[in-house]
Amino acid sequence: MGMTYVQKVLAKACGKESVAVGDVVEPEVDLAMSHENGTMAMNQFLKIHEGTGIKPDIWDPNRIAIIFDHRIPAESAKTATNQKNLRAFVGDQGITKFHDVRGDEGGICHQILPENGYVRPGGVVVGTDSHTTSHGALGAFAFGIGATEMAAVWTLGHVLNVEVPATIKVNVTGKFPEGVGPKDLILHLIGKISSEGANFKVLEFHGEVIKSMSTSGRLVICNMAVEAGATAGIVPPDEETLSYLKDEAGVTDKIVIFSPDADAEYIQTVEIDVSSLVPQIACPHTIDNVCGIDKVAGTKIDQIVVGSCTNGRLDDIETAALILKGKKVNHGTRMLVFPATWRIYRRAMKLGYIGDLSEAGAVVCNPGCGACLGVHQGAIGDGEVALATTNRNFKGRMGNPKGFIYLCSPAVAAASAITGVITDPRGGK
Amino acid sequence: MGKVVYKVGDDVSTDIIYPGRFMATVLPTETPQHTFADDSDFNGKLNAKEIPAGSFLVGNENFGCGSSREQAASCLKGWELIIVAKRFARIFLQNGINLGLQMIVCPNIEADKGDELEIAGDVLKNITTGKEFKITPHPPARQAIIDAGGLIAFTRTRLLAEKKS
Repeated sequence: MGMTYVQKVLAKACGKESVAVGDVVEPEVDLAMSHENGTMAMNQFLKIHEGTGIKPDIWDPNRIAIIFDHRIPAESAKTATNQKNLRAFVGDQGITKFHDVRGDEGGICHQILPENGYVRPGGVVVGTDSHTTSHGALGAFAFGIGATEMAAVWTLGHVLNVEVPATIKVNVTGKFPEGVGPKDLILHLIGKISSEGANFKVLEFHGEVIKSMSTSGRLVICNMAVEAGATAGIVPPDEETLSYLKDEAGVTDKIVIFSPDADAEYIQTVEIDVSSLVPQIACPHTIDNVCGIDKVAGTKIDQIVVGSCTNGRLDDIETAALILKGKKVNHGTRMLVFPATWRIYRRAMKLGYIGDLSEAGAVVCNPGCGACLGVHQGAIGDGEVALATTNRNFKGRMGNPKGFIYLCSPAVAAASAITGVITDPRGGK
Repeated sequence: MGKVVYKVGDDVSTDIIYPGRFMATVLPTETPQHTFADDSDFNGKLNAKEIPAGSFLVGNENFGCGSSREQAASCLKGWELIIVAKRFARIFLQNGINLGLQMIVCPNIEADKGDELEIAGDVLKNITTGKEFKITPHPPARQAIIDAGGLIAFTRTRLLAEKKS
């Protein structure tokens, strides 16, 4: 029996010929990423070493990435002190992949990693963030772990006790209609299989739609794989992956890519034809509460958010700017835009998008995660309704358990900003 | 034996268990105060120390979905609650086990607030209703971490063994 993509990655990372679903393995880690919660990993890392007489040195300073993105610039003395302590640790340990609060190289971790070439196809990536699944877009087996598990990785260099997960094959065929894209696809899939439909499993994406999708789009679908409970999302790497790494990430070394075996065993296959897909909306308060836009069109919106690790890339900002250029954000609605990284921010500035959005009335904030999880800027008031390109609509998510969050694509968000109500971005619809 | 002190439905996210706005609080000694912070009744009882250790929190499907924030497990561990659910989300389950939080996977659990529960081997007894429910054992890989007393101790042992060899 052949192997799925993740089986192949894990076999390689364990130095084995093959691994079977359910095997317990301890794969070597290629990249271990943390953001501000690296503070917790640091505390646990020091605790592991307590009383051992062993100097607490991390296993490999070149394979750990620390990116400040959740609360930047620090919103409180507590956060600033956490960041200060972690910054000192980074210095002491010689951690090389460190992205501080900076306008040149800062931004959201899940965009920093790909655009700096830190993620390679076939690698094992762990992160103390559930949206680490994003990096499956580049063909890595990438999954979220907790701080204590990260402390174990920093100590030993491998993840302990990983059960080889079963894989669900998602075959995406057809052609996206105008105004419909990757975000609609992933929301539709989550609605179809439920928020725990892929729990403990991997979503492996195939089909002509995935083949012709940009890396940016692949990052959207892998990012939200976790919202179906998936351990990881995977797009088997191809020519697009190689050109992204070369042209966007500046990777010059030779990269070997591989595919899942043709006779790999999948626990389930999900077929999706996107040809008749309409813009999708996830309604409060669960991500699998998904419907076509017609059902909720006209719902009044108090705050629009475009950004996050899901939809803060240049094509997302461009989509919003092109819709809003020369128009105005409705005066009953606030619009916040968070480009995912400063590299994206600067490109959007050069292309005039930031100016277009600002003139339309949108507030373009600095790159960061804060608004999405309600920890820094952009909280919503009691009873208010948000429409966001982010990834979670849980109760309390945007800083207020009395708020309501709808999730959508950048095109829907921008079209709705003009009208102040949920609006179909497709012309004449 | 302990009482069910809290009963929740499907898809209780880590944002509900430990709201994001408290995420700058990281020390396991400080996280418990924010447990289910948006439910002032339950949170108030915890902070008033009215909930004894060993009490049961009963969830349903996909308990602990969402973020990887370890505070969601460390806050519950701080109160020494026993968490029962039909199904847990992966990262939360692993975090709980890593921190030594008692997590019981019980696919058919029926229990209401106030019921007395007892763990008897691989069975969860509802003393109040007289019904018994089978517990799904943790796979050996996770059980090994529990048996070691959590992932800190488990990793420390491995570290010492690797340095010796």
